[in-house]
Amino acid sequence: MPDVSAIIRGFILDNFLFGQADYLLGAGDSLLEHGIIDSTGVLELVAFLERRFGLSVADQDLVPENLDSIRGLTDFVRRKGGCGGEGGGHA
Amino acid sequence: MRERERFSAAVLALDPAAEVARIAAAVRRQLAGELKRRGLVVALSGGVDSSVVAALCVEAIGRDRVFGLRLPERESSSATRELGRRIGDHLGIAALEEDITPVLESVGCYRRRDAAIRTVIPEYGPGYACKLVLPAGPTEPGLRLFSLVVSCPGGEVVERRLPHEAYLEVVAASNFKQRVRKMLEYHHAERLHYAVAGTSNRLEYDQGFFVKGGDGAADLKPIAHLYKTQVYQLAEHLGLPEAIRRQVPTTDTYPMAQTQEEFYFSLPWSAMDLCLYGVNHQVPAGDVAAAMGLEEERVQRVYRDIEQKRRTTRYLHLSPRLVEAVSEVEPRR
Repeated sequence: MPDVSAIIRGFILDNFLFGQADYLLGAGDSLLEHGIIDSTGVLELVAFLERRFGLSVADQDLVPENLDSIRGLTDFVRRKGGCGGEGGGHA
Repeated sequence: MRERERFSAAVLALDPAAEVARIAAAVRRQLAGELKRRGLVVALSGGVDSSVVAALCVEAIGRDRVFGLRLPERESSSATRELGRRIGDHLGIAALEEDITPVLESVGCYRRRDAAIRTVIPEYGPGYACKLVLPAGPTEPGLRLFSLVVSCPGGEVVERRLPHEAYLEVVAASNFKQRVRKMLEYHHAERLHYAVAGTSNRLEYDQGFFVKGGDGAADLKPIAHLYKTQVYQLAEHLGLPEAIRRQVPTTDTYPMAQTQEEFYFSLPWSAMDLCLYGVNHQVPAGDVAAAMGLEEERVQRVYRDIEQKRRTTRYLHLSPRLVEAVSEVEPRR
């Protein structure tokens, strides 16, 4: 089982923060409230989850509890049973 | 607000005559003192905002120095053309209509947008129409993401969530409309040695409901400090035609009829005004909720949505970022 949390954190740091490793991002921090993602960023996250973990995000899954923090995203991927997808890197 | 008196829409009432005089004085001062231009170009959409701005410009500098532009394209509503013509005639200003369809065709506005839509709805083509909508209002739980609504030639209407790339393509292609319009506004402003007046109201300006380099670009914005409710008060005071004052605000950007409410705000503008005022003046959500007949929790969600939109659209307000200040030419604020 891959380290889902680390993969998600890596994607967020690479994609939204240009790899600023000094950015302290807690697992429970709200990505929206910290201005890290916006509604377009949510779409990017959804595309990433579907591609990387081979899962399908339904309309009813689009709630902050699932998509607004690293912890929420990690739990969501685990609940959905995702771990396949394209594998490899973050993007 | 002074007290815990009952909060109501009355907080948005202004003295229209005094406000018109204040704006007119500011426009004259900005035009002569800062912009150094001889008049103003206003794009007339037929909506209340651009009509009020044109009327304010006439109040400020006289009808002979205001130039109206009507810039429809093949997907514009017929009301846009008709009401735009009507306000120009009503104010007695020089005005010109330029159909921007050929320019939009040539830059690929329709082609690029429709190709992006076909990645989601492959049969999309002639006889179909589309619009973007926000499916859930800020008064409901859940993340608010745009969906694509398509009407088919047989009358069927389908709604699909747009994937990231397709969404960006549709928006970027559609935004050609606002940018081409602004290009023509500046063309006419330059040939006349005029400045360009923007038409955003406070709700649009605050919430980033404009296209950067498109309708967001202007030399002055005479109603950006006014809530939409107040724009309507000025429209009435200025005696603008009733047909313009009664128009439901639309985007007039997509081929399907689309109100601003379903595209961006998801609440009627009068309710959005009250919520925005509430946020700006630290009015408890419960007081605003009581005035609107809503539950407090729902207004709290709108408050959060307002703050979220401010964060999301901050980029639209930013001037180009410099590595260090070039103080010799820094604009005065």
